[in-house]
Amino acid sequence: MTEDNILVRVEHLKKYFPITRGIVFQRQIGAVKAVDDISFDIRRGETLGLVGESGCGKSTTGRTILQLYRPTAGAVYFEGQDLAKMKGEQLRRMRRKMQMIFQDPYASLNPRMTVGNIVGEPLEVHGVASGKERYERVQELLQLVGLNPYFINRYPHEFSGGQRQRIGVARALALNPSFIVCDEPISALDVSIQAQVVNLLEDLQAEFKLTYLFIAHDLSMVRHISDRVAVMYLGKIMELTSRDELYNNPLHPYTQALLSAVPIPDPVVEETRRRIILEGDVPSPANPPAGCNFCTRCPRILEICHDEEPEFKEVGPDHWVACHLIA
Amino acid sequence: MTTLLEVKDLKTRFYTQDGVVHAVNGISYTLDEGSTLGIVGESGCGKSVSVLSAMRLIPEPPGKIVGGQVLFEGEDLLKMSMDEIRHVRGNKIAMIFQDPMTSLNPVLTIGRQVEEALELHMGMSRSQARQRAIELLQMVGIPQAEDRIDDYPHQFSGGMRQRVMIAMALSCNPQILIADEPTTALDVTIQAQIIDLVKRLRDEIGMAVIWITHDLGIIAGLAEKVIVMYAGFIVEEAPVKELYSNPRHPYTIGLLGSLPRLDARKSHRLVSIEGLPPDLIDLPPGCPFAPRCAYVIDRCLEENPSLEAVGSNSHRIACWVDVKTAPKT
Repeated sequence: MTEDNILVRVEHLKKYFPITRGIVFQRQIGAVKAVDDISFDIRRGETLGLVGESGCGKSTTGRTILQLYRPTAGAVYFEGQDLAKMKGEQLRRMRRKMQMIFQDPYASLNPRMTVGNIVGEPLEVHGVASGKERYERVQELLQLVGLNPYFINRYPHEFSGGQRQRIGVARALALNPSFIVCDEPISALDVSIQAQVVNLLEDLQAEFKLTYLFIAHDLSMVRHISDRVAVMYLGKIMELTSRDELYNNPLHPYTQALLSAVPIPDPVVEETRRRIILEGDVPSPANPPAGCNFCTRCPRILEICHDEEPEFKEVGPDHWVACHLIA
Repeated sequence: MTTLLEVKDLKTRFYTQDGVVHAVNGISYTLDEGSTLGIVGESGCGKSVSVLSAMRLIPEPPGKIVGGQVLFEGEDLLKMSMDEIRHVRGNKIAMIFQDPMTSLNPVLTIGRQVEEALELHMGMSRSQARQRAIELLQMVGIPQAEDRIDDYPHQFSGGMRQRVMIAMALSCNPQILIADEPTTALDVTIQAQIIDLVKRLRDEIGMAVIWITHDLGIIAGLAEKVIVMYAGFIVEEAPVKELYSNPRHPYTIGLLGSLPRLDARKSHRLVSIEGLPPDLIDLPPGCPFAPRCAYVIDRCLEENPSLEAVGSNSHRIACWVDVKTAPKT
């Protein structure tokens, strides 16, 4: 793997949200460690899946990479330049190359703007196109995502969930980005509509050589769309490897439990499957346990897990794990 | 096996300002004693409304049950007085809902809410009810139940709240448990806990379960019989293995094809069902699925097929076309 192939490099990224007390004189009494020291690469043209349960920090990771949240510590290299050190105009110019598709297509589109203005706004803001040129580009984008170009003067409420998500995709594509963070783009949609949107994302990736960070909690869908998958738990990456390796040879006990918990739509397979049922709930990220973050629920716990945090290291070709069980 | 609940030609409508919403359009099914029935469909297909109607939990107005029968122990639930139905609900037929936060009263302790049903339906005294509530909370796997019984709902996590809901539902030893997407708001590891719990309790108590979901994966490992709903109609009904190995309705085939599988050896393009579900205010005259169907023929656009047996008696579909021989159009 040469350096050229790497589009985004995340190094020791941390994002803590302060917990404060007091109204006039606020003082910090703690921090929610939403993302706690993670490192990984995203290769040009690949889809990196980021999975985990709610509250594990996967969305915060996506937003911090795009500098929608400024990181507490660490670096995010995009095409070799550290975004965390940029600000103002320099950062704004980088934003053309990286876009985001949001989870909730009902909340991420301004209800008072027409589709034409929503999709055309990035063109205007970045001074790429205006007037008739902009109008034509928006029509072209709508067509690209499978919407009728005549819809350009309609408002978001006139569309269904799946169509709204297509509008969100068109907006993300407006500036010809090379990198798109897809933050649970399909979890608000019905099953038959999910497949439509996923197929669209795959087609667009092939056509424009896009790189995706695909954030989701649905492991079956992540398996379908990703080249490599990272599993997050309580602000940390537990395991990162290629899609097939992760699903065929999961090494981390959390990954194993997570995979076994996903129902498979086949009664014959379901009859023979053994579930690893995890006890209890995810601890609060404001007060993570000492040692390994997973030690409160791990079915294969060792003594060392309570005291020492496992190192995130490469244990096989392109297979990274943070666990004391794997020496 | 004896039939416990029989729904016959149930029809529910909502009278709104925009027009009449045909939410449930004449569905019939039976539930056997101790068995598990899965009802699958996408949002707005009428899966929840159909069981809420059977329980008489539809707000009237705007809703109205315009036809049909729901027979339970030889009596029609739809003809009962409010007092009579209240005796059945919570006592013989219990429900758990999708969102455990909004189903619990935030200003009452967990214990008080579990005890309430016991006092109302079982005639227990306050101290008896408290004792029983602790037992129930232990049964559904709440650690330190004696201490946590005095906590409020906000002090519980989503999974724990759903456990409390299950404890409440089971408090009167119901014969039927209706679960309306109880795991949709939960994470997958918590979902596995809840499904495991319901399965265990079902086998211990011997109650029948109606599990409503949009997730064909959950149903595969849980139900014995499955009903697939679309636009307020049942489009296919089959024993669980038959449905997954030999789906006969184009909608079921499409749904199964659009699901990525965790155990897939190779990833192939998902089969998507083009278009959108129909507007329930303005249903097309023919088959409601015809506009999105890959096998559509002229007859589909004019006449709505009724649910008929194909092959074995237990496999029924509502479709004019035999997908095994018909060409895709």
